[in-house]
Amino acid sequence: MLLSVIFGLVLTVFPLPAWLDVLRPAFVVLVVLYWSVNAPRLGGIALGFFSGFALDVFQGPVLGQHALALSLVAYIAVREAQRIRTKPALQQALVVFGALAVYEFAVFAIDGWSGHPVTSPLRWVHTVTGALIWPPVAAILGYRSRARI
Amino acid sequence: MAAFGTAAGRPLQGRDGAAGFRFTVYAALAVVIMYLDQRQHYLERLRYVLQAAAYPVQLAVNSPPAAWSSIRRSFEGRDQLQAENASLKARQRDLELRSMRYEDLARENAELRGLRAALPPVADRWLPAEIVNVQLSSLRQRLLIDRGAVNGVFKGQAVLDDRGLIGQTTNVGPWSAEVILITDPEHGTPVRIERTGLRTIAVGAGDATSLALPYLPANADIKQGDLLVTSGLGGVFPHGYPVARVTEVHREAVQPLAQVRAAPLAHIGTDSEVVLVWFRPDHPAAPAPQAASVNGVKAGNAALQPQAAPPRPTAAPAPAMPKPAPEAARTPPRTGPAPRPKPATEPAPEAEATSPAEGPPPAVESPESKPRDPAEPQPETQPPKGNR
Repeated sequence: MLLSVIFGLVLTVFPLPAWLDVLRPAFVVLVVLYWSVNAPRLGGIALGFFSGFALDVFQGPVLGQHALALSLVAYIAVREAQRIRTKPALQQALVVFGALAVYEFAVFAIDGWSGHPVTSPLRWVHTVTGALIWPPVAAILGYRSRARI
Repeated sequence: MAAFGTAAGRPLQGRDGAAGFRFTVYAALAVVIMYLDQRQHYLERLRYVLQAAAYPVQLAVNSPPAAWSSIRRSFEGRDQLQAENASLKARQRDLELRSMRYEDLARENAELRGLRAALPPVADRWLPAEIVNVQLSSLRQRLLIDRGAVNGVFKGQAVLDDRGLIGQTTNVGPWSAEVILITDPEHGTPVRIERTGLRTIAVGAGDATSLALPYLPANADIKQGDLLVTSGLGGVFPHGYPVARVTEVHREAVQPLAQVRAAPLAHIGTDSEVVLVWFRPDHPAAPAPQAASVNGVKAGNAALQPQAAPPRPTAAPAPAMPKPAPEAARTPPRTGPAPRPKPATEPAPEAEATSPAEGPPPAVESPESKPRDPAEPQPETQPPKGNR
């Protein structure tokens, strides 16, 4: 689990050309979502908080910003874990889209509050790519965790 | 991270309630952290440590691209290297020719100013730094460089490349520092149009090739090809370093402000090395320190917040600054003999050799730039906003 979060972080920090960077999904959020849904007792909100905090260290204008947003996402995912888990992949992707939108909105709101407003619509693009990439990510993570158990 | 174990080991009793409670706790914690970080700057120390912890990861993440470019370089052909060598030699010769008269001009300048001896260049010390990591998105334009507090880097330090201004340091760790580029949408650079002396703010547009000058009235004297240099206000950058060149000017009859774009002179997208500069604090061209510049932190932030104090282009004109006198009062640290006789001081040898153009500006500046300079009130309104 920790490994997947670190890998997600690396993917988030990895330098990419500008046009690809816009499309880059928020891998850490996807990983946290996966674990919150599939193993709510294991990581849960703490996982969201700490991976968010790690994200803050790398690219947050304010420490705690992503921590709060990811705790929120993790909380929602943990609460609705049973309902989300039983859905087929396509519907899961829709839920993930919603969760990513919530996450981005939280980050956006904190950005605005802390005086770093970036109102470019491009910041929302990654919610779509994140939802699209959810099935493969979930499959990979699922395969890995099943292989270990 | 150890907290994981304890949190995970605890059994969940009454699922929803426990999750809600824990969420509340973590959310509160996050809000407290944000508040402390944002308002109080209590967490400078923690940030410093975290930056140190993050540095190895950032180095590792950047290693594949770095390795790739080093491999490519080692396979570069002989011809290519020779060509590069030749062009570098030519450039070296040009620069030497340009700086040949520098000593003489510096002395002449000093005489004209009534000083006894030529001032030393404003740049006291240089330190080249390697770019470790790059974030160039429309939201964030940042660099990570491999110099930090152990090298004497401080927050709000000017970063240049060999062509112009790149940005300033924001977060400084022990071995690394984050640089906010002048093209970051959150960054505003106090600039002066070299031709006319008109001052304004250049705001990053979010891509590595353009800056916006949003605070110029439609009738401002600016045209394509104008050079923008740092104005020395704002307390971060010294006076007179080249920043950008104006690429397009749009004037629409219905718009009160001109839409001006400029291209940064620094090769922000392709640089692999930048230069950190320390300035002589007592030099007339040094960045104007705020009255309370004891903590460099606030001074650094002041220039980061151009939008925080939007100028009122209609309110500014006549009553605010009728003659050049208030300007001298506003920039007390510039303790030249006369209240700034020459806007185009050449502070350092590596800046462009614009000395021949130094004659006219004084005459041009006062009558033309004063009456309509909407961005004028900006630099002075910024410092109080430093901590937002």
